[in-house]
Amino acid sequence: MKKLLTATAATALLAGTAMAEDVKLGVLFGFTGPIESLAPAMGSGAELAMAEVTESGKLLEGATVTASRADTGCIDNGLATSNGERMIADGVAGIIGGDCSGVTGAILQNVAIPNGMVMISPSATSPGLSTMEDNGLFFRTAPSDAREGEVMADILKDRGINSIALTYTNNDYGKGLADAIQSSFEAAGGEVTIVAAHEDGKADYSAEVGALASAGGDILVVAGYLDQGGLGIIQSALDSGAFDTFGLPGGMIGDSLPANVGPDLNGSFGQIAGSGGEGAEKYFAMAEAAGFDGSSPYSPESYDAAALFMLAMQAAGSTAPADYGAKIMDVANEPGEKIYPGELAKGLELLAAGQDIDYVGASGVELIGPGESAGSYREIEVTDGENKTVNFR
Amino acid sequence: MDFLNALVALSNFVLVPAIAYGSQLALGALGVTLIYGILRFSNFAHGDTMAFGAMIAVLVTWGLQAAGVSFGPLPTALLALPFAILGCIVLVLITDRLVYRFYREQKAKPVILVIVSMGVMFIMNGLVRFIIGPDDQRFSDGARFIVSARDFKAMTGLREGLAIKTSQGITVIVAVVAVALLFWFLNKTRTGKSMRAYSDNEDLALLSGINPERVVMITWIIVAALATTAGVLYGLDKSFKPFVYFQLLLPIFASAIVGGLGNPIGAIAGGFIIAFSEVTITYAWKKVLTYVAPESLEPSGLVQFLSTDYKFAVSFVILLIVLLFKPTGLFKGKAV
Repeated sequence: MKKLLTATAATALLAGTAMAEDVKLGVLFGFTGPIESLAPAMGSGAELAMAEVTESGKLLEGATVTASRADTGCIDNGLATSNGERMIADGVAGIIGGDCSGVTGAILQNVAIPNGMVMISPSATSPGLSTMEDNGLFFRTAPSDAREGEVMADILKDRGINSIALTYTNNDYGKGLADAIQSSFEAAGGEVTIVAAHEDGKADYSAEVGALASAGGDILVVAGYLDQGGLGIIQSALDSGAFDTFGLPGGMIGDSLPANVGPDLNGSFGQIAGSGGEGAEKYFAMAEAAGFDGSSPYSPESYDAAALFMLAMQAAGSTAPADYGAKIMDVANEPGEKIYPGELAKGLELLAAGQDIDYVGASGVELIGPGESAGSYREIEVTDGENKTVNFR
Repeated sequence: MDFLNALVALSNFVLVPAIAYGSQLALGALGVTLIYGILRFSNFAHGDTMAFGAMIAVLVTWGLQAAGVSFGPLPTALLALPFAILGCIVLVLITDRLVYRFYREQKAKPVILVIVSMGVMFIMNGLVRFIIGPDDQRFSDGARFIVSARDFKAMTGLREGLAIKTSQGITVIVAVVAVALLFWFLNKTRTGKSMRAYSDNEDLALLSGINPERVVMITWIIVAALATTAGVLYGLDKSFKPFVYFQLLLPIFASAIVGGLGNPIGAIAGGFIIAFSEVTITYAWKKVLTYVAPESLEPSGLVQFLSTDYKFAVSFVILLIVLLFKPTGLFKGKAV
């Protein structure tokens, strides 16, 4: 009996030290598929935070953190789930991912919840994930599209716009965003004259624009994609003189839109997730030094997701999801000293000394509600054929 | 004034787009109807023949633009059109030689030829994607508008604007010229007459010494010219994308069948009937009615009969109604 006890204690001790020596974090993004152009910079962002912590040697008395990458395909639930399960088998302490909203929900339901694993997604924005039952295991450093609806309603109101026509690209993203914009704008006292879907990839949008024009409104809000139907709708609306100012949510913000439409787009405005300020600037510089583009969408959010994992582990003094999961909200929010990118070592020290921190990070992390980013947005106005940031919200 | 505003709004959103679209459909349907009349089968590859012709026009246009050639306010694509027609003629003649002639000599049934044309459709479809890719291509240049909505408002002082795009004007003019040439050819020339004779009664035509291979060849040449013209005009007015031409097949066939397969006048009428039905049924009439109706009768809803998502359903329904009640079409074509 005594021997057994000693043996158990020894094993526990060994296991403990083994854990402290190397912490594995899963990086589960769509390295192939529709957002394969964004995934590399996201993965590099997460790994940058891990390298920073490993180098500092401050996490749980000198633990190293390594990344274990796997693919979700962005839209391939089967692939994402099996890769998630493989990560669990490999003994990861947390999963950074998924990326697209659909696979993120699938990994959460099929892998994270059954195994009690914590996930932090840097880029899933579907409002549906806010209400999904997650046992306190799911967080995201990207804001929900519902939040974008509120921001857009604020911008419209501030600009004195009282009625809008609204068209959206006919998929989960477009529909969710359109619902959010409509409900927020109506709650703020605005009028939505029509909500109509459009299909991407058609040659001719004059019929859709005819219906939108007939309904009228001060401006036309296009919740679509800038390289797809969104562009066609704007072009057709300008051609027929139906609208001359457009509201542009995140999917419509990009350099190609003003370039394709030309000077008629000047004066249109919108918003896209992203923050300015100290944190972002620092992160961009760090990313450049590490040899990748930090301003690529959701790269800052990926860095923050990785950082949150490690800070929460430090706060809990453990790498077990059941222990540190509850600490994520604590380290992300006030009170405490503000921690910016490149200051993870300082954050770890403060936590080790038993003090509170408020992780701000590269994307201005502030977790609200069921553990999702409050989200900061850049208000964009098209001026002289360029997207200019005029405000942060 | 209100009446004028209503009229302008109606023209801007219904009449002008429908006339341009109708002309494009009519040119497409003429090609389908000629094949049906003379070669006696429904050519499913027609949409992709249009795409192939338009693709050559796009490539030649890019070449001309790179060489600094332009056509003033008119799109350069019009200069490229003859080359595109030539290229398309070569393609359809090769296809005929390699594929259709074999089945013609077998005296294959029309239904077999329809399936064969479907195979040809997939091959042409792949060919176009292979050469130019599946994406949107922009090739229009020159002046964009004949009248822009903003200028029209400034000129007339009306609340509603009327926009007529250059491509819409060109579409109508080119369509009228092409149709006039076709009818002159069919009715006045010896070859045209022999084609009509062959279409009316093949055996009698053969007995009177008409060379069937020559008739078939001339038919393909005319069809290639019509298809390319229709394809280029559609691409100029909307945008060039291979998949879109494949989708056009339905309204084009609906036009040809509604007008009466094998009847050229029917094809033209059918094109406009389909275009106007699609546009008027999916248009939200609120704006126009608000101007015309007395205040007490002002509509509160959008007055839209069908959502624009169901645009293609309109051609389906018209097709069904015509086939049920008048299988030979409005202008007495052949029964399908």
